[in-house]
Amino acid sequence: MIRVQNLVKTFGSFTAVNDVSFQVEAGEIFAFLGPNGAGKTTTIKMLTTLLHPTSGSIQLDGLDPRTHQNQVRQRFGIVFQDPSLDGDLTAWENMEIHGVLYHVPHKTRRQRSEELLKLFELWDRRDDQVKKFSGGMKRRLEIARGFLHTPKILFLDEPTLGLDPQSRNQLWSHVKRVNEAEKVTVMLTTHYMDEADRVAHRVGIIDHGKLVTQGTPAEIKEQTETSSLEDAFLKLTGSTIRDESAGSADQMRQFAKMWQQQRR
Amino acid sequence: MNAIYILWLRELKRYTRSRAQIIASLGQPMLYLLVLGFGLNPVFKRAGYGSYFQFIAPGVIGMSVLFSSIFSGLGLLWDRQFGFLKETLVAPVPRIQIMIGRTLGGCTVAVIQGLLVLTICLISGFRPASWIAIPVAVGFMVLIAMLFAALGVIFGSSLQDMQGFQLIMNFLVLPIYFLSGAMFPLTNQGKILGFITALDPLSYGIDGMRSVLLSAATFRPAFGIGIDLSVLIGVGTILLILGAWRFSKIEA
Ligand SMILES: Nc1ncnc2c1ncn2[C@@H]1O[C@H](COP(=O)(O)OP(=O)(O)O)[C@@H](O)[C@H]1O
Ligand SMILES: [Mg+2]
Repeated sequence: MIRVQNLVKTFGSFTAVNDVSFQVEAGEIFAFLGPNGAGKTTTIKMLTTLLHPTSGSIQLDGLDPRTHQNQVRQRFGIVFQDPSLDGDLTAWENMEIHGVLYHVPHKTRRQRSEELLKLFELWDRRDDQVKKFSGGMKRRLEIARGFLHTPKILFLDEPTLGLDPQSRNQLWSHVKRVNEAEKVTVMLTTHYMDEADRVAHRVGIIDHGKLVTQGTPAEIKEQTETSSLEDAFLKLTGSTIRDESAGSADQMRQFAKMWQQQRR
Repeated sequence: MNAIYILWLRELKRYTRSRAQIIASLGQPMLYLLVLGFGLNPVFKRAGYGSYFQFIAPGVIGMSVLFSSIFSGLGLLWDRQFGFLKETLVAPVPRIQIMIGRTLGGCTVAVIQGLLVLTICLISGFRPASWIAIPVAVGFMVLIAMLFAALGVIFGSSLQDMQGFQLIMNFLVLPIYFLSGAMFPLTNQGKILGFITALDPLSYGIDGMRSVLLSAATFRPAFGIGIDLSVLIGVGTILLILGAWRFSKIEA
């Protein structure tokens, strides 16, 4: 369902994704793990038509996101790592816009919006402007919105960031449900290794833009001779803390780029 | 089609929900209209140009349409900052529809804003040459709004973040306003100023509005309605195409 070969993305002289190749089969749940700044979000942006790869090839359901943007966009849904709600609109209106943009028929839209807002405990606040929500509520709304339509492939970029255990639990059971009942292929990232271990069929670990290893959680534990995915992860990626934000040189480059043509 | 509608509606909702901002955005035109309009009236009359208040009213309407349409295009920067842009960029809707929905929404808001200022003008004593002129003037507002909303989209899609906003304000929006003849007659200008004002698309919008709103006895058009319309439509179309193209290339 997802085929990535020798994918590279550079920002100026910095290589964020470096020669990454992997495959996700139809119906699979694939966890893409890595420390902050490893290149997970950048990879997902390239898969979802938001960024042009520097080199390498991508196929989503047999289609290249570079040349078949619209067809590819019809096949996936995404929960972004960063906020993507309209704060001036209400929770319900945010759901509505999403439903219309994703061609969910009127009746299904209302029905599913109601179900999902209830599931993620936002139903009582549906007519409040989103800017008045707490961080956790916004996050839950992003997730509810992501499930409004049923895509072939679902990308979840750190969906549990800032969620309480109850909501995390709801989320993962729901992910499993749509994966099993509707055969949705899922690619997710998370920093909670136990979640990945529980939910994912297969795991890929990326560090400094390079894919270090991939396999089932059991295979990875075996390969690293560790007893938990967390230990395996630490063994593979070391224990130094990473800084996710770009360095000052990067920021200056970005500032300079602002005034130049956007590059393809 | 539905996508265009829902994004148009979104712009409208955002506008009607920001009451404080609506009032704030009416302050500036009112200042120009009432202070300059009445303040410079005697001087203008003595110079033989008739009533400055009558003269500046269409200019002030043009200003408010200019500001609010260009800012609607630049609203892309806000949406990029707050992240909502991504949500629309990955949706399975051709980007051209997303752009059209946003732009139509921005235009509608700009025209509403223009109508509000027109109402203020009428209340403070502005009298059009004939009442039939008003719908024609609204037509000009629509053309001005389209043109500058498209220009806003071009800049909004090309800049990465809010830092460029102040620069656009000072080096694009204000010059467009001051060079458009919104505040002074375009006839009998020196060669250089005359040339620059002829390059400013807003000059044609305001000239057109004045041509229809003011009586032939008090206002002599700088270009004439035919040229005004052709320039606004021609330049507007080119900018819309450019805007759609820039928008289709946005990365997030
Ligand atoms: N637009 C950009 N310009 C410059 N550097 C970027 C840009 N986007 C991401 N990066 C850098 O690329 C690296 C990978 O980022 P990201 O993919 O967001 O990591 P992850 O999601 O794995 O935490 C980071 O060092 C980040 O600073
Ligand atoms: Mg990330």
